[in-house]
Amino acid sequence: MERKILYKVDALYRDDFRVTGFQFGQGEKSICIIGSMRGNEYQQIYACSQLVRKLKVLEEKGRITKGKSILVIPCANPYSVNTKKRFWTIDNTDINRMFPGYDLGETTQRIAGGIFEQIKDYRFGVQFASFYMPGNFVPQVRMMKTGLENVELARQFGLPYVVLHHPRPFDTTTLNYNWQIWETDAFSIYTTSTGEIERGSAAQAVDAVLHFLSKQEIIRYRGHEGYQSRVVETRDFVNIRTERAGFFESRVKAGERVLAGTVLAAVTDPYTGEIRQIITAPIDGTVAFVHNETLAYQNTAVFKLIAEEDVL
Amino acid sequence: MIDEIIEVAGAELPVDERLVIRKRRLASERAGAGAKRICVVTGIHGDELEGQYVCHEVARRIRENPSALKGIVDIYPAMNPIGIDSITRGIPAFDLDMNRIFPGNREGDMNEYMASEIIRDCKGAELCVDIHASNIFLTEVPQIRINQLHQDVLVPYARRANVDFIWVHGSSTVLESTFAYSLNDIGVKTLVVEMGVGMRVTREYGEQLTDGIFSLMKAAGIWSGSVPEVREPVISYDQRGEDVHYLNAPVSGIYVKEKAHGSLVREGDYIGSILDPLRGKDAVKITAPADGWLFTTREYPVVDAGSLMGRILKQEVYDRCKENGENGTENTI
Ligand SMILES: [Zn+2]
Repeated sequence: MERKILYKVDALYRDDFRVTGFQFGQGEKSICIIGSMRGNEYQQIYACSQLVRKLKVLEEKGRITKGKSILVIPCANPYSVNTKKRFWTIDNTDINRMFPGYDLGETTQRIAGGIFEQIKDYRFGVQFASFYMPGNFVPQVRMMKTGLENVELARQFGLPYVVLHHPRPFDTTTLNYNWQIWETDAFSIYTTSTGEIERGSAAQAVDAVLHFLSKQEIIRYRGHEGYQSRVVETRDFVNIRTERAGFFESRVKAGERVLAGTVLAAVTDPYTGEIRQIITAPIDGTVAFVHNETLAYQNTAVFKLIAEEDVL
Repeated sequence: MIDEIIEVAGAELPVDERLVIRKRRLASERAGAGAKRICVVTGIHGDELEGQYVCHEVARRIRENPSALKGIVDIYPAMNPIGIDSITRGIPAFDLDMNRIFPGNREGDMNEYMASEIIRDCKGAELCVDIHASNIFLTEVPQIRINQLHQDVLVPYARRANVDFIWVHGSSTVLESTFAYSLNDIGVKTLVVEMGVGMRVTREYGEQLTDGIFSLMKAAGIWSGSVPEVREPVISYDQRGEDVHYLNAPVSGIYVKEKAHGSLVREGDYIGSILDPLRGKDAVKITAPADGWLFTTREYPVVDAGSLMGRILKQEVYDRCKENGENGTENTI
C-alpha cells in the first residue's frame, strides 16, 4: 500500500487542502474507487476505509494480480467534511458539478481537474455516491445511459439492482459522466445511508467491489457470490409523494418488500399530532428509497418503489 | 389603474407557515386581453438584492404617471422568499440553486412545483427582465448576459436596456435549467441582468436599470410616457469564449483591490494584491495580462487559489464597440 497526495492546495490559515489516495499493486491503472466528494458523505468515506483495510491484507498476501494497480480515494473534499458543510467551504460550489475540471479555473474546477487528471486513465471507475435527496437506498449500482454504459459489467458487482438513468443537464459535469466520456467504465454504488455509518451496507458495498475485482481478475478473492442483479430504469421507479407537509414517520425500511395497500408512513400535524396523510403502497414491490428526515415538505418523493412480482 | 398583489404560487411548510411567492400587478384599466405585459423578476438567488431597488422604483414611477401605462407590469421581487429572508443564495433546507430547476414540474417536489407555477405565470408576457446581482464575491458593471441561442431575438432588446455591457456567451447544457432559458424557450423574451454585488443595493445602478426598463416598456408599447436616452452598450459576441481574460488567484490569501470595476486598464497595470497576514511575505501583485476593460472585480477579500478576482474585456473588442463599428447601426427592434 502506498499512501500518496494526489492533489494539494496551499491554504492561508487552514492546514493545506489535500486529496489523498491509497494505491495497491503496481502497473496498469485497473480501477479507481472514490468515496465522498461532499461534506456529509460519511458512509462513503467509511466504505472506502473498509476497502483500504481489506486491500491491504490482500496485497500482503500477494493476492493482487501482477501488473494491476488499484487506487482508493476515500475523500475528495476533507475541508467540507471537517466543517460539516456539504459543499465547498467558501463559495458553496459542488466539486461533483465541476468535472472534467479546469486547471486554470476557479478553485473547485481546479480541484476537480487535479483529481480527474490522476484518475481519468483507469479502466474502471467506481464512486460511492449519495443522492441529492436525504434518504436511504436499497443497495444498487447506478449507471448513466450515455450510450457507453456496459450493463453486463455492472452485474458483476452482484448487488440486488443495476439502475440506469438518463443524464439530466447537470449530470454532464459529474465525475461519473466524464469518466464514461473518457472511456472509463464508470459505476456509482449507492449504499443504504449517507450521513450515518451503516456497517452492514458498507460491508456489502466493499464486498461488491471485491467481487467485481475478482471477476475482472484484478485480485484473487472468494467472497460470497452476490445477487443476480435485476436491471431497472429510474423512470420505472414508482414515486410516492407527500400531499401534505409535516412530521414524517416511516414504517418501512429501504429494501423491504411490500404489498399494495401496506402502510408505508404517516405525515402528522406537528402541533396536534393529527394524521395529515397515511401513505400506502400503490403496488406490490420493493422499497428502493425512503426519505429519512423528520420534516417532510409538500410533494416530496418520500418513497420510490420498484414493482415486483411474487411478493409474498 | 389596477394595482394589486397576487399570489403566484404557494405550498404548505411543515410547521405553521406557508411558502408564498407574490407579485405586484400594475395595469392600465383599459388593458384588455391583448394587452402587452412585462415581468420584472428578481430574487431567484436570495443573496442578490440589487433588483429590490429596481422593483420599488419601477412601481413608484408608474404610480407617479399612471396614465402613461398602456399595458401590464408584473413585478416579482422575491422568487426565493425564504432565501432572501435568511441570506441564503439557494433554496434554504434544500441546498439547491433555484436557477437550476426550471422549467420545473407540476408533479414534482415543492420546488419544482413552484418553478413550474412561476413559468406558467410568466408565460405569454412580451418581455421579462430577470435581475441578478452577481454574488457576494464579485462586483459587476450593469450588464446583460445572453445565450448565443437567443442572441438574434434578444440583442436588439438588450441594447434598449441602458446597461453598459452585453455579453453573448456560448450555450451549455447546464444553463438549460435556468429561468431565463426556460422562458426564452417558450417565446418570452427574457433578459438576464447582472449588476453590482451580492448583499448590497447600489442605488445608482438601480436608477440606471429602471431607466432601461422604461425604455423597453416604451419600445414594447407598454409605456407611453417620456423615457430618458439610453446608453450605448459595449457588446461582446463571445460564443467561443475568447473575448475575456479571467483573473484567477494564483495563491490563497486576502485580496485587496486597486482598480475599481469599470476601469480601463493597460497591460501590466496593478489591479490588486493578495496578502498573507500570517506569514507576512511580500504581497502577490496582480497585474493586467493585457489592455482592456475591467468589468468585474472581486469584492470579497478572502481568496482560495483559483478564486476569480476579475474579468477584463479585451481592448480590441471594447474599441470596436466604442468607435461606432457594429454598434453604430439604428436601434431597431
Ligand atoms: Zn443570480
